[in-house]
Amino acid sequence: MEQVEPLLRMEGITKTFPGAIALQDASLTVGRAEVHALVGQNGAGKSTLIKILTGAYRRDGGTIIFDGRQVDFHSPQQAQANGVSTIYQEVNLVPFRSVSENIFMGREPRRYGLIDRRRMNADSAALLARFRIHIDVTQPLLTFNVATQQMVAVARAVSFQSKLVVMDEPTSSLDEREVATLFEVIRQLKSEGVSVIFVSHRLDELYAVCDRVTIMRDGRTVESRPMSEITKLELVASMLGKELGEVRRSGATGFGEGVHHAEEQLLDARDLQRDRVLQGASLSVRAGEIVGLAGLLGSGRTETARAVFGADPVQAGEVLMDGKTVRFKSPRDAIRAGLGFCTEDRKTEGIIPHMSVRENLTLALLPTLTRYGIVQRDKQQVIVDNFIKRLGIKTSGPDQKIRELSGGNQQKVLLARWLCMNPRLLILDEPTRGIDVGAKGEIQSLINELADQGLGVLMISSEIEELTEGSDRIVVLRDGKTVAELPHEEVTQSAIMDAMAHGPENPAEAGSVAVAGGGAGG
Amino acid sequence: MATVPASSSAPRVRQATNLARAASLLQRQGVLIALALLILFGALRYEGFLSPYNISTVLRYNSMFGLIALGMTFVIMTGGIDLSVGSVAALASVVAALLSPYGMLVGVLVPVLVGMLVGFTNGWIITRLNILPFIVTLAMLLAARGLALIFANNTSVGVSYETDFTYFGKGDFFGVPIPALVLFAAFILGSVMLSFTRFGRHVLAVGGNEEASRLMGLPVERTKIAVYTLSGALAGLAGVILAAQFGAGQPTEGLGWELSSIASVVVGGTLLTGGMGSVGATLAGVLLLGLIFNILNFENGRGSISLSAYWQSVIRGSFLLVVVLLQNRLTRRDQRS
Amino acid sequence: MANADTTVPRPTRRIVMPSWVGGVGQTYGALIALLLLILFNLIFTSNFVTEQTLYVNLTQVATVVIVATGMTLVIATGGIDLSVGSLMAIAGALAPIIFLSKIPPFSDPFVGNVLAFIIPVLVAGVFGLFNGTLVTRFKIQPIIATLVLFIAGRGIAQVITNGNLQAFTNPGFQYIGLGRPLGIPLQVILMLAIVALFAWIMRVTIFGRYVLAVGGNESAARLAGVPVSWVKLAVYGISGLLSGIAGLIVIARNASSDANLVGLDMELDAIAAVAVGGTPLTGGRATVVGTLIGALIIQLIRYTLLVHGVPDAAARVVKAAIILLAVYVQRQRRS
Repeated sequence: MEQVEPLLRMEGITKTFPGAIALQDASLTVGRAEVHALVGQNGAGKSTLIKILTGAYRRDGGTIIFDGRQVDFHSPQQAQANGVSTIYQEVNLVPFRSVSENIFMGREPRRYGLIDRRRMNADSAALLARFRIHIDVTQPLLTFNVATQQMVAVARAVSFQSKLVVMDEPTSSLDEREVATLFEVIRQLKSEGVSVIFVSHRLDELYAVCDRVTIMRDGRTVESRPMSEITKLELVASMLGKELGEVRRSGATGFGEGVHHAEEQLLDARDLQRDRVLQGASLSVRAGEIVGLAGLLGSGRTETARAVFGADPVQAGEVLMDGKTVRFKSPRDAIRAGLGFCTEDRKTEGIIPHMSVRENLTLALLPTLTRYGIVQRDKQQVIVDNFIKRLGIKTSGPDQKIRELSGGNQQKVLLARWLCMNPRLLILDEPTRGIDVGAKGEIQSLINELADQGLGVLMISSEIEELTEGSDRIVVLRDGKTVAELPHEEVTQSAIMDAMAHGPENPAEAGSVAVAGGGAGG
Repeated sequence: MATVPASSSAPRVRQATNLARAASLLQRQGVLIALALLILFGALRYEGFLSPYNISTVLRYNSMFGLIALGMTFVIMTGGIDLSVGSVAALASVVAALLSPYGMLVGVLVPVLVGMLVGFTNGWIITRLNILPFIVTLAMLLAARGLALIFANNTSVGVSYETDFTYFGKGDFFGVPIPALVLFAAFILGSVMLSFTRFGRHVLAVGGNEEASRLMGLPVERTKIAVYTLSGALAGLAGVILAAQFGAGQPTEGLGWELSSIASVVVGGTLLTGGMGSVGATLAGVLLLGLIFNILNFENGRGSISLSAYWQSVIRGSFLLVVVLLQNRLTRRDQRS
Repeated sequence: MANADTTVPRPTRRIVMPSWVGGVGQTYGALIALLLLILFNLIFTSNFVTEQTLYVNLTQVATVVIVATGMTLVIATGGIDLSVGSLMAIAGALAPIIFLSKIPPFSDPFVGNVLAFIIPVLVAGVFGLFNGTLVTRFKIQPIIATLVLFIAGRGIAQVITNGNLQAFTNPGFQYIGLGRPLGIPLQVILMLAIVALFAWIMRVTIFGRYVLAVGGNESAARLAGVPVSWVKLAVYGISGLLSGIAGLIVIARNASSDANLVGLDMELDAIAAVAVGGTPLTGGRATVVGTLIGALIIQLIRYTLLVHGVPDAAARVVKAAIILLAVYVQRQRRS
């Protein structure tokens, strides 16, 4: 039985953060010379599980058996020394230093106390040649494209005699050809007997290179299957925790029944393009309707919203408001035109932490509350009191600093920041992420109510119920491209998941899937 | 919907490589080219510009700024800053003058040790108490100046001419001024250290990406403490030269040296954000800014114009501006591609 | 995210302060330290409670406080301004040229003096805008952007005056440094007025909120429609204007303008006052009144040490320790 013992067996892993359970009885088993996909929604626990494996976090319970021994790594360095290397989403190397230095950083070969550059360069070149990469290793890392940088990270990882290489979303900034090169390297590793844990949100990639998949949801391991025995649709359904063909309105959210009375066209974004993140995103919103924007992570949902709002420049495509072409050079322009944008990441793009609830709430509205440059406190107070009451914001008072509020209440303040503007169109990026159930329902019914009053809403969400129950119409993005638009009648969970998983009929896509199928089969 | 032309998804040709190479070449060699041009200009235009006397005068005087800028280069390469160098040089000059009766060895070594101690304190506070380098070294700027005034009793301290101490500042060795020799030795050592020792590589790694360095298991804190200690030691050495060259320990000297040495480092192409830089280019930066003064003197000597010495600050400042704008363009283009 | 919804809103228990005190709430520590210093002097320093002691200390800090007020705003946006001392020198160099000029309209004593106030301050303001342009338009780090004028600015002042000391006697102009309406030195009145004005601006105007929003979370501010570049440009411009005023006070007090010395080391003194006053260098929070208190603390420590026979040199060391301690304590309290 020695032969078939898996390389890694993590069992019953639990991890609790103050106030939240991140992992509960999670498990992961990776065989030898196996490329193992680890998938799950945001917050499913993938990263936590990986960090526990690599020693970045300590587990609260469970066992890890690696290469036949029970292990307990205290730091990434220790994990590395024992054969577990990690490659991060952002290339975690030093950009200005040469390729060879990056590979040998911290253990440079020395002669007479000085670094032996000749040997370092020769060894690096030899190492990279294993992956058929022939570059000038004396050049700074930043002179190479991201894919090559990733390869260097892989080479560094492998040079530690790793038995297991963990790749956390390594492809998120690579283009197709670069991804293909990375896959070559992964196959090379596999042929040398090294196992790989591969995290990605791009389903095609999983099918192209992985042997097995482990699916996580809500801090638990849901299932683990050979890649060839699971269809894309099943995979998506399992990640989202939905049975296929489930009824479309279950009433589990704060959204009401029925359709909103959609009025005239407000916003029409056509074929937005930006670098690799947006490759033809299109959508439209009418007054008084909620349009859901669906897609897996990395599909360009937030990027689409930012482009519409003037926060990022676009290279091609146009945005129309009321049928007229508009060009928002900054969010300020968009706000003047009646748009509001509640960001996904409250902490980095929403709250001004050290300012009070009052100031955070009225930040966008301030110009209209001001006379001769002076903020009219009484007017401001009326609005703030009104919204604190209307949205049920739990705060000790408008002077409390916003960072002292709970996540749900912070989110309500940020919603109020836009609502007090009387916007015509509100973009909500994950409006209920990280918020307790009570506040969640309240926010959802509020959104519903606003749409009833004629507000156009573009809602980005990873929660399938929120989309199916809340939206009048759903636009599905995949790889930065609009791949489906589901009218109200066709909005079902499986329809959304199908579009997220497969996208449109497209010869190129079909081709890559076919290749993937072949790879997985062989 | 979704009628994206096939070409847009085709892999784009990346021009990053060539552009970045050109940018880094210009950043690294630009200052050398400018220095060469300035020297050529001076040599053709002024008689005596390349005379041994002029060369040794320029080197003797600028050696102090060179040493300080060398230490600053290391600090800046880790992404930090050291504002205390001018005061530390003043403190060291006082200590050197006080110890000059005991001869050159004591008069040189002890002030350097004092500088090291001050630098180590900077590094220790920055890493252990986790306070911004800007604030810590600002406080040290005040403290070291205070100590210098205390030791000097608020006045300049004459050095002893009884011993060989002043030789360190005024002497020549085979016709080369001693301070210039010290300067070149320090830069050669610094260059070797940066390129061929783990410490040097770690300095650049820490400044380039501190988080990655930590993940790679580099001794981040130790490296930081070391660069501040080095910077203090070199500032101490500059102080010794100050005392030996001008015959007095001067507690009020060195005002604004920290900022001018930062300017030399920036002109030399070292990024203030850390992670990239060259010791040689810093030397070129120091000489470039120093030569501006020299050339201004020659130009006035010719009598064709009469620009006061005060123009040198204006010219230096403009130079810094041009360099910074140029660097900015290059790095931004680099990021875009 | 982990503890997103576990925070219980803190009950309100705030000590009510008169509104003019402004941002003192966040600088309790500094205020208490100042009061303790005063208490110490009341007990141990003879002749402490005299008008002379008061005005000696206040006139000592007047220019630092004026400059540090602008610095507070710059730092609140997450920037820094190293050029303040050089801009003081430029303003100081220009003023005598204007009021000593024989060319109309400057030759008229009244017009000459008025323009000698206005033009130098405006010029310093324009240089401040130049700093701001480098920071916003060219995205150069504030420390380097303002280093340019730190170096070139003093040179410009020296070139204007050819490095000569310009001595003068001009009671009309010197009133700004020597005048004592109601027995109070005008520079002290000016200092208090500027602190009050900017404390008020930070407290009640939209500009004040924008400054804090930009420093607190630049990308969030931008997404909420705050004109980030404009705000940054403005704070550097203000810092320049205030430096210009401080430069005029210095030369009026000295009855001479020495481009080599006016404003020397001012950037460091101002930053120290800001830091001790409780404005973190990381931006997003600011207290102009705190900066006043910070400058007073530094001055009073120096004064206390001096009158008790501690030499000025040692006082500098103590000052350094105080700055570090203040920043360290504030850092601890925040985290």
